[in-house]
Amino acid sequence: MSDRFELRGGVVLTLMLLVMVGCGGGDGGGGGGDAGTGMATESPVDAATAGNIAGSVVFEGDAPSMDDIDMSSEATCAAKHSSTPMVQEVVVNDNGTLANVFVYVKEGLESLQFPTPGPVLLDQDGCTYLPHILGVMVGQDITIRNSDGLLHNINASPDINRGFNSSQPVNMETTRSFGAAEVMVPLRCDVHGWMNAYVGVLDHPYHSVSNSNGAFSLSTLPPGDYVIEAWHERYGAQTQNVNVTTGQTAEVTFTFSPSMARNAAVPLGTPIDLHAIVEAS
Amino acid sequence: MAARIALAVLFAAASVLPPGGLSAQDGDNLGEVTYVRWCAGCHGVDGTGNGTAAEYMLPRPRDFTQALYQIRTTASGELPTDEDILAIIDRGMPGTTMPGWENLLSNDEREALVEYLKSFSRFFTPDQVPQPLEFSSATRSNADVLAEGERLFREVADCAACHGDGGRGDGESSPTLLDDGDFPIRAADLTENWLFNGGGEVEDIYRRLLTGLDGTPMPSLADVITAGVLTDDQLWAIAHYARSLSPDDPPGITEVVRGVLFEDVPLPSSVDDEAWDDVEGAYLPLVGQIIVMPRWFDPRVDGVWAQAAHDGESVAVRVSWSDPNNSPDPEWADWKSLVISLMQPKEGDPQDEGPTPDQLVVQFPMQMPEGMERPFFLKGDTRRPVYLWQWQSDRDGALEGEARGVGTEAFQSEGQNLTVDASYADGEWQIMFTRPLVTEDEGDLDFVTGEAIPVAFFAWDGDNGESGTRGAVSSWYFLFLEDATPATVYVYPVLAMMLTAGLGFLVVGSARKRERASVKIESETENS
Repeated sequence: MSDRFELRGGVVLTLMLLVMVGCGGGDGGGGGGDAGTGMATESPVDAATAGNIAGSVVFEGDAPSMDDIDMSSEATCAAKHSSTPMVQEVVVNDNGTLANVFVYVKEGLESLQFPTPGPVLLDQDGCTYLPHILGVMVGQDITIRNSDGLLHNINASPDINRGFNSSQPVNMETTRSFGAAEVMVPLRCDVHGWMNAYVGVLDHPYHSVSNSNGAFSLSTLPPGDYVIEAWHERYGAQTQNVNVTTGQTAEVTFTFSPSMARNAAVPLGTPIDLHAIVEAS
Repeated sequence: MAARIALAVLFAAASVLPPGGLSAQDGDNLGEVTYVRWCAGCHGVDGTGNGTAAEYMLPRPRDFTQALYQIRTTASGELPTDEDILAIIDRGMPGTTMPGWENLLSNDEREALVEYLKSFSRFFTPDQVPQPLEFSSATRSNADVLAEGERLFREVADCAACHGDGGRGDGESSPTLLDDGDFPIRAADLTENWLFNGGGEVEDIYRRLLTGLDGTPMPSLADVITAGVLTDDQLWAIAHYARSLSPDDPPGITEVVRGVLFEDVPLPSSVDDEAWDDVEGAYLPLVGQIIVMPRWFDPRVDGVWAQAAHDGESVAVRVSWSDPNNSPDPEWADWKSLVISLMQPKEGDPQDEGPTPDQLVVQFPMQMPEGMERPFFLKGDTRRPVYLWQWQSDRDGALEGEARGVGTEAFQSEGQNLTVDASYADGEWQIMFTRPLVTEDEGDLDFVTGEAIPVAFFAWDGDNGESGTRGAVSSWYFLFLEDATPATVYVYPVLAMMLTAGLGFLVVGSARKRERASVKIESETENS
């Protein structure tokens, strides 16, 4: 696997997205696909009657400039990047679409039980989380790998689940899972303040992350009405109602713009205005 | 530290007491009543850590709704046991504003508090019984274990990334550390184990290594053991090494910095002169300046080690303290603006005026006080001015000055009788001042030997947003310069011995004489 994540000679962004495309396909379609093959007896979905959702995330307006990450303090990591790594908070693609948007089925699958897929990889390579946005199912193992061979800590600070903070000082792997659905669980490395990632935990396997073309897909869904949510770490979440019919692919387009920044998920612990509270009470 | 906690308690108590008062007699809601009376001022009535005093505190008070507790016997991410929560209530969190309540509240009150704190979080349910980890017994420490521990600390577990090579909290990542509320949090200074949350002994450190401190950047090393990267013995070696960075015993409470007489040997010539190794240091706690606006509730310097020596001609004072940066350090610029933005709004001055240096001021009365009355400890007053030594990190040399109250400090631009030598290494400042005991300047205190000279210390960490009245202060302590041992001390005992011996001889001699005389008389009598 370390070959797969070898960053030397490649633009980080490109590789990030390659990984995401891999994971996205494996997650969204793969989740349903696994259910249709290896775990057919446990899957509630009949592939013969299923339909799909596909679409893209459009970005309107000027792409904000992201800060460079100064990795000079970690020569090992800096050497893995051929160009200056940048903060991944907003990644606008060349075709005007937005990458790193977590798209998932928010409502419409409540009555169904899904088998838990196999482990998914979250790598730390080049002092960067790969992928930056990860979708998993409740109880699904996340293999957290340190490919850098230097100290990382994985500090998860969920609201609904219990958090954890685990040290990985060398090349090693740690396995964790989350017991309750939660969009999203923030992860960060305190040793390298620029390293962060988000994990979306769902009761089902229908999730996807917009890729380097802004595209996402949710495959092999039972026919029916769904609420689909698109979540972005700065621009917040928005939903659309989508009807899925057998054998068809419903097209969905989400649009984000810089003015939505105020809708963003509020970082944990933003100081609260005590005067307002005192006056209100 | 004691002073700091006392302040915190007073502060908390003053702001907590509800207007109408509450009775703690009602057994049914003892936890709630106790909480509202003693805890809500900081932790908030709703347990979210947003009490009215919270804005004055870094780290902020714990938010109980997430059930994240730093000090546990359970694995990272697991709920604490009831005993864990009670232990924090009892012992407090040294180095923060959370005092220990063991001797302030009854057993019933503290146990009721545990249940009440749990009720703030939906994570605690009746069928949840947190399981403590099984901890092994401490290994024995020796030089080999400490050497192995140091290697692992620096090279394998890389504790130094945050805690620094010398363990003073000055590691490369320390300027960007945030807690679970995204508030800035300091990597622990491992040379002050009496301030460790959860206890400073090797067993406590080992437990913190295994459990981590949830809600802080300090991770658990349990997975590192599970993965076979470190053995349990190696984890103990790290714990022993971390313990060895602090003194064997916590510094005692002292009021006196003893100025050792260097007789026939030269005074230390530099701040790192080995001669200082033989001069006993006094640990003097400092607290935030909270008397004059703008006040400062987040002092970086919680104490200084002071040493003094003199040779009958000059006095040398060395002051040492932990500081994770040599301000102004651009790496800490974000930390500084964050701290100022959090701590200043209530003080009327939310500005970050740009780079600020570290500073140290040593304060003496301008004249030796007659009787017990000393100048006001904060820069004196109009009747009793103070004499100051001032050093700062972005300027060579030191200045003498005087003050008649806060804001009246005036420093000499020339004609300094004071010299200074400063060093910064591994998160520690060491500053040595030297001055002749007696000078010709009017405003300079003449140092006398054999008397208690009032002395106070002020320290600023510029990169923690400290300057002017925003800094750490001490109360008055005393500098006592040893008297030269007078020659009579050696002469009198010898004289006394000689006199005694001489008198003895006289007595014995005259007695023998008399004896011989009487024998002679007797023999003459017999003969006659």
